[in-house]
Amino acid sequence: MLSLFAVEIPYWGQSLLRVLGGLVAVLLPAGTIVYVFLFKMMSFMQSRLGPMEAGPYGSMQLFAEVGKWLQKEDIQPDNADKRIFRMAPVVVLMSTFLLVAVVPFGPDAWFTDFETGVFYALAVSSISVLGILMAGWSSANKYSLLGGLRAAGQLIAYELPMVLAVIGVVIQAETMNLQQIVVAQNAGSIFGSDIVGNPYVLTQFVGFVVFMIAVQAELTQAPFDMPIAESELVSGYMTEYSGFRFLIFFIGEFATAGVFAMIASTLFLGGWGVPFSWFGWTTMDSVDNWMNVAGPLIVFTKMMVLVFLIMWIRFSYPRFREDQLQRFAWKVLIPISLANIMATAVLKVAF
Amino acid sequence: MVAQNIGFTIIAAMMIIGALRVVTTSNVVHAALWLVVVLAGAAAQYILLAAEFVAVTQVLVYIGAVMVLFLFGTMLTRSRIGRDSGLNNSYAKLGIPVAVVLFAAMALALSESFGTEKLPSDGSIVTTQQISDQIFGPYLLPFWALSFVLLAAVIGAIVLARKD
Repeated sequence: MLSLFAVEIPYWGQSLLRVLGGLVAVLLPAGTIVYVFLFKMMSFMQSRLGPMEAGPYGSMQLFAEVGKWLQKEDIQPDNADKRIFRMAPVVVLMSTFLLVAVVPFGPDAWFTDFETGVFYALAVSSISVLGILMAGWSSANKYSLLGGLRAAGQLIAYELPMVLAVIGVVIQAETMNLQQIVVAQNAGSIFGSDIVGNPYVLTQFVGFVVFMIAVQAELTQAPFDMPIAESELVSGYMTEYSGFRFLIFFIGEFATAGVFAMIASTLFLGGWGVPFSWFGWTTMDSVDNWMNVAGPLIVFTKMMVLVFLIMWIRFSYPRFREDQLQRFAWKVLIPISLANIMATAVLKVAF
Repeated sequence: MVAQNIGFTIIAAMMIIGALRVVTTSNVVHAALWLVVVLAGAAAQYILLAAEFVAVTQVLVYIGAVMVLFLFGTMLTRSRIGRDSGLNNSYAKLGIPVAVVLFAAMALALSESFGTEKLPSDGSIVTTQQISDQIFGPYLLPFWALSFVLLAAVIGAIVLARKD
């Protein structure tokens, strides 16, 4: 059990810690991503400074923005289906919180040790589609409905390559438990050399690329941002939302980016672990307790690297056309990931 | 076991209310969303039975795919906000005896086949590995048959969608 600093924590205390940890694991990455990438990196790429007034280098800008959104008037359209209109952002954010529950942060620092972790993550990530459809429909606005339908079509199409890309990892790790996948990568070896363990980004590179493209599309970040295409649909399913309801959508978008990056780093970059051979560990039980403190920092670092990739692509490429998007998913990504599964299975049996 | 019973009761009550609202609500999108509540309740009950894999499959297939397609379809075709008076047809009352007979048949089948047998209370979890060993072992032939049904459906969809 959780015995950090050699103190036994009772079950209720652990549960409380895990709930608080879940809040931190969702909100802290969201805030950091918005400040570092959306404010500062985007400004740098566009040759401007970005926010500079609030706090040193504009680092307090985020709090100013949140304060602004919270005091704005909460507008609901007259013809809207009020109850569903209010529920929709909550459903989207709920999917993010459910998603973070399976991400492991250390040998004992987990929220739930779920047997079918990866499968669960893929399942609950699809709940956000429901929230988006609810938002699009209940706004009583043609642009909102169009945005909602585009989002649903896109998310359904890109969920498939995502699931298929993960199967390669599951075949190699022989488990769907994310904690075990981390151990399998860090205790593993490539051709007998265990200097870097066996992070699956090396052996499952095709799966990694397909997964990251699918994540880009699931997050509706450019070049896959047709659901909120501002030049065609005003703001898609978010058009009618203002004040704190928009804030919830906004937090949901970047928190989900962070959580998906954490899951990708767990699946492909070795998660919270360092290669076990560095410290002479062999199995899960021999890992030292200080990894419970270092683990979250390692996951956070890897997450920032992956979110950097996502944001770099977001700020660099123009939007796809709707038919290009669907063709890319069904005719390129899915065949590639199916071939990847076949190759992985054959090599798994051969070695 | 008491905690599980309380959990079961709350979830079952939610599912029954949701199921009643599915058939009584006068808006087709609301009906679909109440159905989501019922299906999520079913997933929660599977968790209580320590059947993780089935629960997650329920969420992935029914909430993530089937319900999204339902909503997608209704929103593309008829999706007025507010009440829709033509939603309940005149045969609605016929459904009640059918539902009662179906419930009786399922209750009978369950009590006949399991009787007073109980699940082991030590919470022995059936792992995903055991399920896959069963599917690709003794149940391989039914699994293949199911795949052919799905293949037929996919080919049918292509035939319907192709214009030339």
